[in-house]
Amino acid sequence: MSGLLHAFTILAVSAGVVFFIAGTVGLVRFPDVPTRLHALTKADNVGLGLVVLGLLPYTGGLLGALKLVSVWLLTLLSGAIVTQLIARAVR
Amino acid sequence: MALVFDIGIVSLLIAIGAWMIMARDTLVAVIIFVVYGLLMSIAWVRLSAVDVALTEAAIGSGITGMLLLSAAARLRQTEGAGARPSFPVCVAAGSLCALISAGLAGVVLLPADVAPTLAPLAVANLADTGLENPVAGVLFAYRALDTLLEKVVLLLALLGVWSLGSDRAWGGAPALGAYVPPNDILVFFAQVLPPIGIVFAAYMTWTGASHPGGAFQGGTVLAVMWLLVMMAGVARAPPISSTKVRWLLVAGPALFLAVGFLGFVIAAGFLAYPVDYAKALIVLIEIALALSIGVTLALLAAGPPERTLQP
Repeated sequence: MSGLLHAFTILAVSAGVVFFIAGTVGLVRFPDVPTRLHALTKADNVGLGLVVLGLLPYTGGLLGALKLVSVWLLTLLSGAIVTQLIARAVR
Repeated sequence: MALVFDIGIVSLLIAIGAWMIMARDTLVAVIIFVVYGLLMSIAWVRLSAVDVALTEAAIGSGITGMLLLSAAARLRQTEGAGARPSFPVCVAAGSLCALISAGLAGVVLLPADVAPTLAPLAVANLADTGLENPVAGVLFAYRALDTLLEKVVLLLALLGVWSLGSDRAWGGAPALGAYVPPNDILVFFAQVLPPIGIVFAAYMTWTGASHPGGAFQGGTVLAVMWLLVMMAGVARAPPISSTKVRWLLVAGPALFLAVGFLGFVIAAGFLAYPVDYAKALIVLIEIALALSIGVTLALLAAGPPERTLQP
């Protein structure tokens, strides 16, 4: 069982890291602010979500898991709004 | 593996520090400073100093970053207009900085054989305070006087900022943020986030007695929530002559001082606590301090009064 959990964590966190790398490449390579923001939000939202998902089995209880998930939800909220504000500032 | 991570963090810190000094534009330098603070807090976590990491992220990076940003915005007009410092001034500044760096490097590279530490004593007597977080024990029991004076210094800093306002605006409100339309996304943010933030601040203050956290970190979260509300125009900044605001500003330090004097009657002396009630008194002080710190930091970042009082 624990071997299966390890495999799940490695898979999910690696998938998350792929999104982070893709987002960073987009940030460096894309030509203007809106497309760069588009790349960044993928890293923040999906990448962090997958990392959190992968770490859930190791939180040692419901409370720890809830804390991790709320970190992700707060990042979603602030990421979405700050992206809007930055995009509007450069328009 | 951990060593690779640590070396990576340290090299990033040095590179970003150098970049911050090299940056020509003040605004760019401030943004790099915020990034530097966040990386620094990761370094503190690696050193198992979670209390320091929280403070670094909240105060070193967050509130200080915001203070510096508003300072940079105010300096915008004057920038580039001033003459470059003369050659001897550059040489003097450079050599003084090099001297300080060399001194610090000497202290780090040539430490005493046995580093002086009070850590074992502090942990051994922690049970008497009823606290479980040794950092809180140092802040509120062993070195309570330092903590008290720190809070008073914060108030003095706020008085300094207020005194920068013009005579006409004295007693008025700080002008914070531009006009925000009522259905703006910033307004939505300022309505959704503060309830979560206030719960989080209360948790941080409460948990500080036994886990990393405490009044300073909790107060900073409160301050940021209030700043968000003021910047989005959901609630206006209060006039600095408001009696309610002034009571909130002094509540924490005043309660701390009162408990300190009470120590003469119910315990061994100034700022001493009776063993049975030590934890209760400390938590009470922390709650009052968190409120006062929140109001003080928010008003510090809001800046000097600029709007005149409506008659």
